[in-house]
Amino acid sequence: MEKILFYILALIMIVAAIASVTSRKMLRSVIYLLFVLIGVAGIYFLIDYNFLAAVQLTVYAGGIIVLVIFSVLLVHHIEMELEMAKLSKKIITAIACLVGLGVFLATIYSTNFNVVENSKTTTVEDIGRGLLSYDAGGFILPFEVISVLLLAAMIGAIIIGKGDKLTKNDDTL
Amino acid sequence: MIAGISIYEIFTLTSILFFIGIYGFITRKNLISILISLELILNASAVNFVVINKYLYPDVLQGVFFSIFIIAVAAAETALAVAIIINLYRQISSVEVKDTEIMKY
Repeated sequence: MEKILFYILALIMIVAAIASVTSRKMLRSVIYLLFVLIGVAGIYFLIDYNFLAAVQLTVYAGGIIVLVIFSVLLVHHIEMELEMAKLSKKIITAIACLVGLGVFLATIYSTNFNVVENSKTTTVEDIGRGLLSYDAGGFILPFEVISVLLLAAMIGAIIIGKGDKLTKNDDTL
Repeated sequence: MIAGISIYEIFTLTSILFFIGIYGFITRKNLISILISLELILNASAVNFVVINKYLYPDVLQGVFFSIFIIAVAAAETALAVAIIINLYRQISSVEVKDTEIMKY
């Protein structure tokens, strides 16, 4: 059952990813990306990391996709078709990517992984305790740094987004 | 872990997603499309962190934490990039890469 689910998810993700990077309509490309992100959340659900799947759905599918759709609507006509790269460039890039993929897969399949059989469920409590622990292996410092980074990104986005008006007001003061 | 699915199959899936992202990153000529390809690449690597955590080291949670940090950094990066793109559109009325010669104003 889980095997079939995984293969369905994998198929949806690969098809949607290819459609997302080749579609000529901007908005469709964003919606295909949404399918890929939901597929990733499905993989997280399958390997029993429910909290991560919820974060993926809320932050990516809920936040980032809406942000990108808004930016598409602000800078494009909804039916505008994208300019595509030259066919020769596409073919060269595709060949380079396939060669890279071949190298990756050859390396992966020649490595012997020590897989530990387990069916552990991670609760949100474990993740919270790990993130906020001061002991060895705790992640309190990166957690705080990330919160400062998010604040800085938020302020930066506001200032860049307002841009002209804000700096003009500064000059008059 | 997923019953009946080996770690190799998941790595194959994430590698394919990663290289589709790279293909889009190189061939697309629009800033927002490049951002979309970037999301694909980041997601593929985040899945790898989680899968390695679950299959090889099930007793620790480091991979999950790194994935959470990747998601947070990706959110910050997307917000900033969208702000830059909208500001750029105000200045030069275009978001094509070839028109983006200067970003200083």
